[in-house]
Amino acid sequence: MAGSVLEIKNLHVSIEDKEILKGVDLTIKGGEFHAVMGPNGTGKSTLASAIMGHPSYEITEGSITLDGEDVLEMEVDERARAGLFLAMQYPSEISGVTTSEFLRSAMNARREEGDEISLMQFIKEMDAALDFLEIDKNMAQRYLNEGFSGGEKKRNEILQLLLLKPEIAILDEIDSGLDIDALKIVSKGINKMRDDKFGTLIITHYQRLLNYITPDFVHVMMKGRVVKSGGPELAKRLEAEGYEWIKEELGIKDETVGQEA
Amino acid sequence: MTVVTKLPYDKDYISQFSKENNEPEWMTALRLKAFDQAETLDMPKPDKTNISKWNFSQFKHTAEGKSISSLSDLPEELQGFFDDKELPENLYIQHNQTAAYVSLNKELADKGVILTDIFTALREHSDLVEKYYMKDAVQVDEHRLTALHAALLNGGVFVYIPKNVQVETPLQTIFWQEDAEAALFNHVLVVADIGSELTYVENYLSNNENEKTVANIVTEVIALDNAKISFGGVDHLAAGTTTYVNRRAAVYRDATVDWALGLMNDGHTISENITHLVGDGSSTQMKAVTVGRGKQNANITSKTVHFGKDSVGHILQHGVMTEEAVSIFNGIGKIEHGATRSDAVQESRVLMLSEKARGDANPILLIDEDDVTAGHAASVGRVDEIQLYYLMSRGLTQRESERLVIHGFLEPVVAELPIESVKKQLTSVIERKVN
Repeated sequence: MAGSVLEIKNLHVSIEDKEILKGVDLTIKGGEFHAVMGPNGTGKSTLASAIMGHPSYEITEGSITLDGEDVLEMEVDERARAGLFLAMQYPSEISGVTTSEFLRSAMNARREEGDEISLMQFIKEMDAALDFLEIDKNMAQRYLNEGFSGGEKKRNEILQLLLLKPEIAILDEIDSGLDIDALKIVSKGINKMRDDKFGTLIITHYQRLLNYITPDFVHVMMKGRVVKSGGPELAKRLEAEGYEWIKEELGIKDETVGQEA
Repeated sequence: MTVVTKLPYDKDYISQFSKENNEPEWMTALRLKAFDQAETLDMPKPDKTNISKWNFSQFKHTAEGKSISSLSDLPEELQGFFDDKELPENLYIQHNQTAAYVSLNKELADKGVILTDIFTALREHSDLVEKYYMKDAVQVDEHRLTALHAALLNGGVFVYIPKNVQVETPLQTIFWQEDAEAALFNHVLVVADIGSELTYVENYLSNNENEKTVANIVTEVIALDNAKISFGGVDHLAAGTTTYVNRRAAVYRDATVDWALGLMNDGHTISENITHLVGDGSSTQMKAVTVGRGKQNANITSKTVHFGKDSVGHILQHGVMTEEAVSIFNGIGKIEHGATRSDAVQESRVLMLSEKARGDANPILLIDEDDVTAGHAASVGRVDEIQLYYLMSRGLTQRESERLVIHGFLEPVVAELPIESVKKQLTSVIERKVN
């Protein structure tokens, strides 16, 4: 039996009364790697935030379900415990809370009371993940994301992905600001998750991440909608030719959405 | 404005109470004079906090306690404060107003160290107590509450460390008010003689959520030349207790008093922590954390007063306000004329968790000397919604996320507390308060 199914239907999302998403349809199943591409300002990150329940975004129409359960009815933490994960573009810094303290709390949040992970088991799993992602072990004792470089923050997001093992993960520009070595390590982490139960939605506007992670499906967003979908070959063509041909094909002049005129 | 609230006690009662405790004459006289002064003195006027409706008169003056012989006689929340299964060697426990347990290492006792309840101290060390009691630090006639304290004193402890004696193991005291209506007019007098060293840790605990009573606490800490005192305290009096707690140190030449305080009362509280840097080269580090909850209203002052040259006073206080709690944080650095090359630095941070919680930080520097260094930093802010979103996106409930943010906010102070046991106690009290 395959993993979970995240189904997004006709999703309309506004921020401060400005409509950013104008009817997104997307289905992600366990075992599938989806890439959402598109130039800046086309609504990609809004999609990620809306799925997770960011407080600034308002859903005005449409639905999101996870295995038939209404995600929009759930609080942010309930979505996480139901199996969703969002690797954030700008992770928050939490002063005074060590990364390991936070990780352990997060791992326990998914477990039943009385079935908390033992300290030994936690350290074992965390150390293995730190090694795999080539992260200095000191990071575990540093305050969460505080003073982290851009690359360290991204690795920390992937560290959480590996330890929390969600059903469906949305990775919002996980490649931005990474040098090539860091990009390879982050990709290695994401690829490690690949099995027939794990589904992911990778948001990027650079094709280069997809040199290391092969998506099963590629979607292009413009003007707050998915305007084109295809297989890995679509990403290749975008890399070679850019987005102009899609705009021409669909008669789009300005691909952005919700920007000030 | 003078609050005219008739107390249910008079001079005859006080004389009788003093006599029953076989107090020396000077103490009886001091009590009676203080009672007269209380009649005419005004209430204190904490900045920006209106205390006119607080309960200062409804209480019962005496309550018998029981004697305590082992750890199991203590409530669970206090048991957790000890590392071992047995009570520590240097310990005083006061249950209601009874000296319930006293223990002091024999070697220390032989060297002349004193750890005893205030009544025994008044009988057995009358001259020594008289020399310091409400003289160098707190004055009887500062306002109505200090005078009432002196008149109605009903508990406390006396600690004396002789010249050049170094006490390695902390001296610990516990003031456990189990009687829900009994007032605590508690006096802690700690004297470190020339060149001595001491770590002192105290705890206040009560459970009167609804029954009303009063705590009027004066703590005087005297560090004579070259003495070094590490003072730790965790206050956790329940919502029914209105507390006035005045902790004050007088620090002489090249002496040090460092404070580590957890101000965790649940009732209305005025907390003053003031250090007088009297001698040249004297210093203090004042670190305090507080968590307000319920409908609590608190006024917290940390102050250093520099008289001595080259004196150093640093204040660091962090407060978290939850539910409908309101707190005013005053940080005051006062450098008197002549205190050249003094250094007064303070930092106050307040975090508000809910819409109805309020906090205010007042940094004040009063400087009467040219050649000094001074600085202040203060901030008041609400909890960052995006931080909570980030934590919750990993499956932590809102409550658990807030708990982490609170711990994180207090951590810079807690981590710096010099006394391990206070750190541990505070962490467990914070845990109980934010869960």
